[in-house]
Amino acid sequence: MNQWQNFTKGFFRENGVFVLLLGLCPTLGVTTSAVNGLGMGIATTFVLVMSNVIISLVRKLIPTKIRIPTFIVIIASFVTIVELVMAAYVPDLYEALGIFIPLIVVNCIILGRAEAFASKNSLISSFLDGLGIGLGFTMALVMLGSIREILGTGSFLGLKIIPGEPILIFILAPGAFLGLGYLIAFVNKIRKAP
Amino acid sequence: MPKPSTFKNMVLTLFIVTFLSSSAVGLVYESTKERIEEAKINKKVKALKNVLPDFDNNPMNDAYCIEGSSGNLMFYPAIKDGQRIGTAIETFSQEGFGGDIKLLVGYLPDGTIHNIAILEQQETPGLGDKISPKKSNFLQQFMNKNPRTFRLLVTKDGGAVDGITAATISSRAFCDAVQRSYTYLQKDSQS
Repeated sequence: MNQWQNFTKGFFRENGVFVLLLGLCPTLGVTTSAVNGLGMGIATTFVLVMSNVIISLVRKLIPTKIRIPTFIVIIASFVTIVELVMAAYVPDLYEALGIFIPLIVVNCIILGRAEAFASKNSLISSFLDGLGIGLGFTMALVMLGSIREILGTGSFLGLKIIPGEPILIFILAPGAFLGLGYLIAFVNKIRKAP
Repeated sequence: MPKPSTFKNMVLTLFIVTFLSSSAVGLVYESTKERIEEAKINKKVKALKNVLPDFDNNPMNDAYCIEGSSGNLMFYPAIKDGQRIGTAIETFSQEGFGGDIKLLVGYLPDGTIHNIAILEQQETPGLGDKISPKKSNFLQQFMNKNPRTFRLLVTKDGGAVDGITAATISSRAFCDAVQRSYTYLQKDSQS
């Protein structure tokens, strides 16, 4: 597998949300608007890239038996750093995402990539892998967030685009499941097309 | 090849990893502490400017606390040219749908509500969060009303407030918070 594939596989072939179905808690929880999805995606991408890089760097120094606790400590540190930085510089987004920022720690995508990829591959491959998977995750969140925002509030990025009463259910939890279900079906249809 | 998993290796590795991580987190905490504090104060200053008429003192410095049976509320007096021109009260309600709602209610000296700002709320997006002035004009109906004549209850409960459709609990909690501030304001003006 060449480096380009390491990067691009995160978008469709191994997309965390659409294909691996990992990290669904933040996906369903924060995607009430496209901006929230984007913010969550970027925060997760940062953590994913940084933890992949560090884990790839130290992978030969870590005894196999304690690799998981070590990964978790590294990931949790980056999440805390992201949380503090967001609280300081983008307080509005920080408030909108609320509890989901500390919960990035338990996003399976991140530990999954650390265990399945970064602990076995070189620095550059791990960096590209983290970036690709992270951006793929961001893409999924923005797609779902846009759908829910447009259908559920009739507006996009705060601008009213559909007149009349919106379909309220899309902004609520059931709408997240509905939207995600159709998105997964759609992505799988394209992915399997010859 | 990874290092062998001997006891010494494992303890040492975990120690080094936790030590480095906590140092990094501590460093970031120290360097963002001031900004986070500033962001919080900025938010409150902005809210104060929003809910009070033009003032020339610093309400944060002149703030005082009024104690009462349903909690203690902070009062921020607004003064212009030595005249008391209003009071902002930091109030709350525990009856919100998604946790506590915190408001800053600005009163004129005669007890009329000048404006209200939301400091904290976790109401359902798309429903209860319409209490926010960015999402609907629910909040506007409180402006320039005097609770002496304007009953702070939703119409369903016999009051004068038009509740938000499908978010009666949030509307009630909002009224509850405003009512609390008004009760305390009366208590303050009597003493």
